[in-house]
Amino acid sequence: MKNIPPILETPKPLHFPDLAAMAAFSLPLHSSFTPSPFKPQLFRHLQRLKLAPHARPPVLSCGSNAAAVTGPTGNEVVVNGIPPDYYADGGSVQLPPSLQRELMPNHVAVIMDGNRRWAGSRNFPIVFGYEAGFRAFKRLIELACNWGIGTLTVFAFSSENWCRPKAETDLLMGLFERILRFELEHFMRENIRISLIGDATKLPKQLQSLLVDAVEATQNNSRLHLIVAANYSGRSDVVQACRKIAFKVKDGLIDPNDINEYLVERELETSCTDFPHPDLLIRTSGELRMSNFLLWQLAYTELYFTNALWPDFGESEFLEALCSFQQRQRRYGGNL
Amino acid sequence: MENKTDTLAVRLFGSSISYMRKSLFRILSVGPIPNHIAFILDGNRRYAKKRNLNEGMGYRAGFLSLMTLCKYCCELGVKYVTIYAFSIDNFKRKPHEVDAVMDLMLEKIQGMLKEESIVSQYGVRVYFIGNLELLNEHVRQAAVKAMEATSNNDKIVLLICVAYTSTDEIVHAARESCEAKRARVRSSGAREGNEEELKVVDIERHMYMGVAPDPDILVRTSGETRLSNFLLWQTSNCVLYSPRALWPEIGLRHLVWAVLNYQRVFPLLERRRKQM
Repeated sequence: MKNIPPILETPKPLHFPDLAAMAAFSLPLHSSFTPSPFKPQLFRHLQRLKLAPHARPPVLSCGSNAAAVTGPTGNEVVVNGIPPDYYADGGSVQLPPSLQRELMPNHVAVIMDGNRRWAGSRNFPIVFGYEAGFRAFKRLIELACNWGIGTLTVFAFSSENWCRPKAETDLLMGLFERILRFELEHFMRENIRISLIGDATKLPKQLQSLLVDAVEATQNNSRLHLIVAANYSGRSDVVQACRKIAFKVKDGLIDPNDINEYLVERELETSCTDFPHPDLLIRTSGELRMSNFLLWQLAYTELYFTNALWPDFGESEFLEALCSFQQRQRRYGGNL
Repeated sequence: MENKTDTLAVRLFGSSISYMRKSLFRILSVGPIPNHIAFILDGNRRYAKKRNLNEGMGYRAGFLSLMTLCKYCCELGVKYVTIYAFSIDNFKRKPHEVDAVMDLMLEKIQGMLKEESIVSQYGVRVYFIGNLELLNEHVRQAAVKAMEATSNNDKIVLLICVAYTSTDEIVHAARESCEAKRARVRSSGAREGNEEELKVVDIERHMYMGVAPDPDILVRTSGETRLSNFLLWQTSNCVLYSPRALWPEIGLRHLVWAVLNYQRVFPLLERRRKQM
């Protein structure tokens, strides 16, 4: 192992790119010094990546310019990630051979579960888990863009997560702020529209203003509609929709007998998109629950559960989920 | 229902199997037992096709599975069992198929009213959940009669969802809440500023499923993993289980596996419930 980066040097104030770089370098270091049962799992996804001979090896990209992180030797760090130009000619959709274009879902929802367990299993602090989770999130966005998925909803923060220790929720809010600051330019370049669902009033003021700016700045983008569920609860969404309808009834605008499913759906927070109902919901880390995410909208959604933890969710796992989706027979209660 | 011509050997064999099952349930009872299990009865038509039967026989085989599973749940100590018998979307199917299901339902509901039915034997209280106005007159009247006849049973509650979808239930709850609020405002006189916002409890009070707590486990057979508009509101923190077996093929091992999965995540769910 040549030129091991000096991790135990005089500590300097860490900021976001450094932390991620440290994670990238310390991962191979830890695996060599502390053989653990998890060692094969660290690079399991790398072995499955099939690259065309002419393609560059994937690089870790975390900065706002999607720059490759290079070590002090100048070598590129090979971690699971897809460079933006891996799939050729900007704009056109190139699907892997196992997927059929006509069976691709319009809207995919993801519950990004397992960051803390991922960090815990490697004896890392929780922040590393969330940073690794963010990298997986970026991979997913790139795949969704490249494979022509129109809408992607992610469960970033549930209203039930406020029960976690304050230090952890502060850490998460800080992470969200840093992501919005560094990644907005990237989203603009990639033509990604951001929408927010959930009760933003409980989030820190700075984060709220960043979110509002991000939503406004990206509202005309059209390649991928990214819906971020922050402080969201499916039940609260339905209740607030019913509340709005109750006010309209009180004002005499509608009669209670006229209340129907269409009216309720129009008042839900997901009415910001043309496809409010996800076709596919993916939940990682093996938990078989909805955890109060998107209640009404999941009526006919195909659910896919995988044991992989969220930071390990890469192209092969996503491909597996989409292949499973394409094999399902969706009857919507009717005939075969 | 025991056949009087069963030989001694058959009866002995039956009771020893029953004894082993009850022993297994006693072992399971060391851990937490779910209070409410919901089932989506999927795969009856595929079962009939697989066995080269006509579709009606698939549904009858499904009914037998249902009775068996109710018996197991009663022995295990589960208090509430909900089944997704017929969805509002199923009215879209071919008319002869819908009629076959309705006829079977009428036959079985009338069977429930008899003295020696399994419902009386096991003390099952039956509720019919859904928009019963969409059913035909005979089935609706039989359902209402069955609900009245079993209202004194208290061992286990069986909630049969017919003409039900969760979105329809939520819309119905919203409608009833708005009407109730309007009636309250009218009866108390028009008082500005005394308007309370609609709350979660208002909606839950008017749900069809308000007679039972939220399910702990949702089982969908035939390997499909989707909710199909069933109990969307109530299953927000429920353990999902989808065995590959078709509904008429479901057996004790699937129930035991579902309960074991529930017991595995129970501490986490309890912690969440307490935090909320």
